[in-house]
Amino acid sequence: MTPVLPPAVGDPVLNVAVFAVFLLVVLVVVLRVSRSGATRSSYYAGGHGFTGPENGLALSGDFLSAATFLGIVGAVAVSGPDGFGYAVAAFVAWLLALFFVAELIRNTGRYTLADVLTVRLRERPVRAAAATSTVVISIMYLLAQLAGAGGLVALLLDVTDPAGQAVVIACVGGLMIVYVLIGGMTGTTWLQIAKATLLLATGAVMTAYVLGTHGLSLTRLLDAAAARHPAGDAVLRPGLLYGGGLLAQADLLSLAIGGVLGVAGLPHILMRFYTVPTARQARSSVTWAIWLIGGFFLLTLVLGYGAAALVGPERILAAPGGVNSAAPLLALEIGGEVGLALVSAIAFATILAVVAGLTITAAAAFAHDVYANLIRRGRATAAEEIRVARRATLVIGVLGTAGGVLANGQNIAFLVSLTFTAAASANLPTLLYSLFWRGFTSTGALWSMYGGLAVTVGLITVSPAVSGTPESMLPGIDIAVFPLTNPGLVSVPAGFLLGWLGSKLGGERPDAAAFARISVRAFSGAGVARPVPGDPSLPPPEGRHRRTPWRPARDRRDVGSPADDTDTGRISDGPIGLDDDRPAPSRPSAYPAPGPAGGTLPRRVPGAATGASGTGAFFRPATPVGAAVRDEPRERPAYGPRDARPHPGPGRR
Amino acid sequence: MTGRGGSPTTYPPDRVTAPVRRPRGDVWCEAAATPEFVALRRRLLRFVVPATVLFLLWFCLYLGLNAWTKDVLSVRVGGLPVVLLLALGQFASTFALTAAYNRYATRRLDPLAAVVRDRLEERAP
Repeated sequence: MTPVLPPAVGDPVLNVAVFAVFLLVVLVVVLRVSRSGATRSSYYAGGHGFTGPENGLALSGDFLSAATFLGIVGAVAVSGPDGFGYAVAAFVAWLLALFFVAELIRNTGRYTLADVLTVRLRERPVRAAAATSTVVISIMYLLAQLAGAGGLVALLLDVTDPAGQAVVIACVGGLMIVYVLIGGMTGTTWLQIAKATLLLATGAVMTAYVLGTHGLSLTRLLDAAAARHPAGDAVLRPGLLYGGGLLAQADLLSLAIGGVLGVAGLPHILMRFYTVPTARQARSSVTWAIWLIGGFFLLTLVLGYGAAALVGPERILAAPGGVNSAAPLLALEIGGEVGLALVSAIAFATILAVVAGLTITAAAAFAHDVYANLIRRGRATAAEEIRVARRATLVIGVLGTAGGVLANGQNIAFLVSLTFTAAASANLPTLLYSLFWRGFTSTGALWSMYGGLAVTVGLITVSPAVSGTPESMLPGIDIAVFPLTNPGLVSVPAGFLLGWLGSKLGGERPDAAAFARISVRAFSGAGVARPVPGDPSLPPPEGRHRRTPWRPARDRRDVGSPADDTDTGRISDGPIGLDDDRPAPSRPSAYPAPGPAGGTLPRRVPGAATGASGTGAFFRPATPVGAAVRDEPRERPAYGPRDARPHPGPGRR
Repeated sequence: MTGRGGSPTTYPPDRVTAPVRRPRGDVWCEAAATPEFVALRRRLLRFVVPATVLFLLWFCLYLGLNAWTKDVLSVRVGGLPVVLLLALGQFASTFALTAAYNRYATRRLDPLAAVVRDRLEERAP
């Protein structure tokens, strides 16, 4: 093979220019959407005002990180079917999100994972645990993303010295902070939508070109790839990446478990489900995400073999950035410098969009869970909480960028898969148990979250990923006791087991009423859009907010979020949107008084009871107090056609 | 409660500021016991649990075949290696399950959820 090819590919100035155009367009959108002024619901959840398709695009933009886009194309080009296995695992995983998470989360939570869990579990300890796991997982992923940017910088901007790379990473980090601070979740969402659109469109065009040059025949493309590949036909067979013995197979299984079970527990993915108003929209967003991500992964298969056929694995591996350079080099081959500039812009936009999503997730967990609910015990005003959220964004962004600069050049690629594994070990068990298992307790949640996290981090520390081999992060020392580079095979079962053990051994009796509450909320969506009379919770205050970039879209985006400024921000504090025809209720001066212990009065109607229905009544006195409300619903036909009509949620009027 | 025995006037101040305790017969427990909710939960689980078991087994089969039957997977059927056909099969099954779930949820879950929700929110039909 010829000596290493010159790393300078394309024209750095052009690359930066295309990226700058992208940044500018997104900035205009972000500025337009952020004009309404930030409230908690807009800063954390985009005002719950996005539609399913929009959120589906944003989900795919959030999910398709540089590792998945550049990494899979390169892995297929170099390792064939084994490289594509990661895409299969990461894609199949979305079914879990569709079946068990998206709608149920939308129905029970408002801003963070802790909001969901504390519907049934003890407020303070569980909220602390959920916030810890969210912040730890998000920051791990943030570090991995930013540290991985170094190689991209070298490849795309021809900056090879560490100082220059540090400046570029710092710029990306700084840009991200600016976007998040200006636009909050709304801006982040539009950033992700823009990036996903650009990514999918470019991927489709490149795929069309690659297939076109091979007579629209996948077979001919595969043959061409095999002919160019040094391993020949092996690139069409399994075994190039995971060829070894039992240990390699176990490692693959471990990675796959983390990948399949992790997606549905990733905090920044969970956070996205709050940006839609209803469970139906949440379902629609995952459905859109599945079609888009699946379609894109199919494109990466073609692009990977296309890169092998048109660029050649040797050239890919010799370029700075290694396997990650497959897609940029293919773009250079296809579209010349403009093509490369486009893919470079996408690569940076990808990093930007993903780290923005991660930062806002971590900031929300800190401001909403740790500050507002744990430190201030729910007494912080929304303005104070937003101020803290912005500062947390700044601090997390700066720390993450600094960490990324320090970690640049370190071999920390394992952090990406570790993030998925941690989410699968700590978040998913807790979430599933909370929603489906009657016997789950707060102790179980703590065991499963802290335990799952500790087992994951502990095992990776003593694994070959960190020490003991030349490819490790710390090749100099050897504390590798655990044989696998990914702890999923042990830590995921451990997370589930700990949750079960904690519930059984914790000496805590499961709260049946709380389980009923979370089940009914999760499965039916009651209380999301309208208040549930008799629900012992705070009503939403007055006020609605507009946050639409394109004003005419009133029918779907003019979703008020009157509950923005409730004291604690839990979903149980009131619905997220109200009907237009119902005037925003005035805030009652007091909580409804609790019923008598063991009392049988089914509904409390404070306004009617006190005769003050005009001023203090939030819950409309639908039934006279003392009437047998309990039997009233039975009078309705349960399955009549009237009930089959789609629920006119706040997003659809 | 105030509507029952005592005079239905105002709440005593201590009870106003006291944390809200959940009465034993609260609306959520009642709703959870209704036949509609029980049916809703059962219908959801009846779809998602078998579907999850199915797709996880199918995915494990893909992994297992990848690990232990590399020779079989290397055979090319119609120009494409079996291993890629299997991977594409994973994609096809995921798309199919997504479509099936959407159909099922719209037809069998949403109407029932609307019944439970409307009853709780006490909206006039």
